[in-house]
Amino acid sequence: MIRVEKITKKFGDLEVLKGITLDFYQGKTNIIIGRSGAGKTVLLKIIVGLYPPTSGKILYGDRDFLSLNQKQLRAIRMKVGMLFQQGALFDSMTIEENIRFPLDMFSNMTLKEKNSKVTETLERVDLREVNHLYPSEASGGMQKRVGIARAIVLEPDYLFCDEPNSGLDPKTSILIDELISDITQERNITTIINTHDMNSVMEIGENIALLSNGHLEWQGHKDEVLNSDNEELHRFIFASPFLKKLRDKALQNQ
Amino acid sequence: MKPNILYHFGRYVLMMKKTISKPESWTMYWKETMRQMNDIGVGSLTIIILISVFIGAVTAVQFSYQLGSAMVPRYYVGYIVRDITIIELAPTITCLVLAGKVGSNIAAELGGMRQKEHIDAMEIMGVNTASFLILPKVIAALFVVPLLVCTAAFVSIMGGYLATVPSGYFTGPEYIQGLRSFFDPYNVFMMFVKATVFGYILTSVSSYQGYYVTGGSIELGRASTNAVVYSNILILLSDYVIAVVLTS
Repeated sequence: MIRVEKITKKFGDLEVLKGITLDFYQGKTNIIIGRSGAGKTVLLKIIVGLYPPTSGKILYGDRDFLSLNQKQLRAIRMKVGMLFQQGALFDSMTIEENIRFPLDMFSNMTLKEKNSKVTETLERVDLREVNHLYPSEASGGMQKRVGIARAIVLEPDYLFCDEPNSGLDPKTSILIDELISDITQERNITTIINTHDMNSVMEIGENIALLSNGHLEWQGHKDEVLNSDNEELHRFIFASPFLKKLRDKALQNQ
Repeated sequence: MKPNILYHFGRYVLMMKKTISKPESWTMYWKETMRQMNDIGVGSLTIIILISVFIGAVTAVQFSYQLGSAMVPRYYVGYIVRDITIIELAPTITCLVLAGKVGSNIAAELGGMRQKEHIDAMEIMGVNTASFLILPKVIAALFVVPLLVCTAAFVSIMGGYLATVPSGYFTGPEYIQGLRSFFDPYNVFMMFVKATVFGYILTSVSSYQGYYVTGGSIELGRASTNAVVYSNILILLSDYVIAVVLTS
């Protein structure tokens, strides 16, 4: 479990996050949603330690992330996997080498064990046949799966995904969502996804947090979305007229 | 407010302090260092040889012309070419060229990695990116640049021979007599000191420029240019300091 307490972040005079307190649960798919500029990516980058917060606390389990020394920080980071919006795959390495990189860096495995681990991970994300390709030769969906494979190869306790569906067609988006959700449940890890994709929110969102202008506007399960009376949540989720019609129809049927 | 020179110096020192730490994986650091040695050394060999031949040739021809009518023995040209090459031209010109070729490449590589979030990805994995991405470059340069400078000095002296002896400025034995006269091994020591210091400067300064790139392609281009400009200025400045210190 990860807890953020009263997190604020300022860039110069601009206050992007204004005292956010949030819990992210283990074994659940936690989703952060909000309009562009709401502070989602900043919050995610603060949680993984890429940005320091202006004030506040981050707890990984019972450990205060911000008071750790370099050695302890590295130990926690080895338990963290992250899927970046643009993949952040190393261009000069093949798909297999990208996935192998964390193992080469941190594990004490033998070559045989590493090969077996890479093969197992490639199979988990269904990329066994394209392991020899370079990232530039792979499709957007494949690149996301390579990113997920690289993130999970060290068997992390925490998985962060920044816009995992950006640039993907709806069908591939669903596959990526299902993959992330399945991995979360299989491995009982804490997964935090930052997304705009309402399909993801309504399909796999077990703990949804809506940010608005740097505040936490609403938090709850996907099943609570329809019955919520939070106007900002409804404006955001049902921004598309098509979804709005579906909601109205569902409410009429109830 | 625009960051000043003390801000950059402080950040550079902190970055270099971060590079010195126990590697997460000796094998990966070794592989990366070998790759850098290949890129910096083998990758720059052709251009260094080409430039050195002409530097030696021009130096020999020019001094033959300057000393032609003076009461100076002709074999002195060989002696002058040897010493000026070893003490100054080989280390300085080679490293100025390397700052342009290798320095801009390092800044662009690291800057690109920063912009594509590769560095963030490694940081999140727990990799000490300053160490993994910069230390192998610096270590590779500390070994390879002196070798390149040594090669440059040799080729330059050969260039002097090829430009003057066949065209009749003086005979081969005269040139070789010059090369063998008044030799002071301390000059070679000076050459290696310069090569080592310049190698450190060009890789660390270029790494600094690339590692902290923010923004887009314009900033990346600017970082690459700054890497070359600042490396060149610092190489020339340290050339003067080394000359004063080692000859005083």
